[in-house]
Amino acid sequence: MLDVKDRQLLEHIQLGLPVCSRPYLEIGRLCDMPEAEVIDRLTRLKQQGLIKRMGVIVKHRQLGYRANAMTVWNVPDNLVKQLGGHISRFSFVTLCYQRPRQPEWPYNLYCMIHGKDKATVLKQLDQLIDACGLSGFDKEILFSNRCFKQRGAIYQNPTPALADG
Amino acid sequence: MLSPLHKQLLNDYQRDFPLSARPYQDIADALGVTEAEVLSAFTELNDNNFISRIGPVIPPNHIGVSALVAMSVPESQLQAVADKISAYPEVNHNYEREHRLNLWFVVIASDAEHLRAVIDSIERETSYPAMLLPMLDDFFIDLGFKLDLNNA
Repeated sequence: MLDVKDRQLLEHIQLGLPVCSRPYLEIGRLCDMPEAEVIDRLTRLKQQGLIKRMGVIVKHRQLGYRANAMTVWNVPDNLVKQLGGHISRFSFVTLCYQRPRQPEWPYNLYCMIHGKDKATVLKQLDQLIDACGLSGFDKEILFSNRCFKQRGAIYQNPTPALADG
Repeated sequence: MLSPLHKQLLNDYQRDFPLSARPYQDIADALGVTEAEVLSAFTELNDNNFISRIGPVIPPNHIGVSALVAMSVPESQLQAVADKISAYPEVNHNYEREHRLNLWFVVIASDAEHLRAVIDSIERETSYPAMLLPMLDDFFIDLGFKLDLNNA
């Protein structure tokens, strides 16, 4: 699990590794940790799966991947893990989550596909539906339109304003 | 536009970015260029908004809690409501989607109470109900995304 120092380290590094010769030294200065400890901790967190990957986080849209479909399915709860695992193996899939059903929103399995255009994404989706046996389940496809905000997942502490209000 | 070096950095360093004292030097050695060239190429990728950052991808709900939130907002109000929501530091993504539920955003907070406070505040400020969709299970093993940059 994450200890207090792991959390401090992740809070600083999640904002982005500095682009300079000794970036882990810089991160270490921010959280009062020697460079070697920064590197050791990150290595361990990665081995433990508490960091999924460490590296460049690209902006799909700016790199020509303009179509983005969130597809949601209503699948039996006892199949969700198996289907989710299968969907996640496709290289064009960029997220796959189970979320709880809501009143008037019966979907429990979510997947994200990024592609250069809608036609490509729909073709990939057909491929996915065929390969995973998803054709019998209700689904909706929600293409993205305007992007109002996009940045990597950055974990926040409560702001003073919220804590007060 | 994108140089061969930019393309290599974009595709080859989404995972396994070197965890060493001189990571950019290690990349330079692997690609047969200088550290200065790698540093300036990454600076250009940052400045041109092709990357959001170099950093760790942390599995959801290990630090803090997150939820996807959906709202149905009249088209004439959408930009104004979206701007209000984007102003929250806890909101990471905020997209219009082609659906009756046309505004989708992700809130990340330190704990369940903080998350609830953000959602309540957004509902009060916008006066639209929010459908909260927390993550129950994450099936995705993130290995990065293979970009076809032939025409980029």
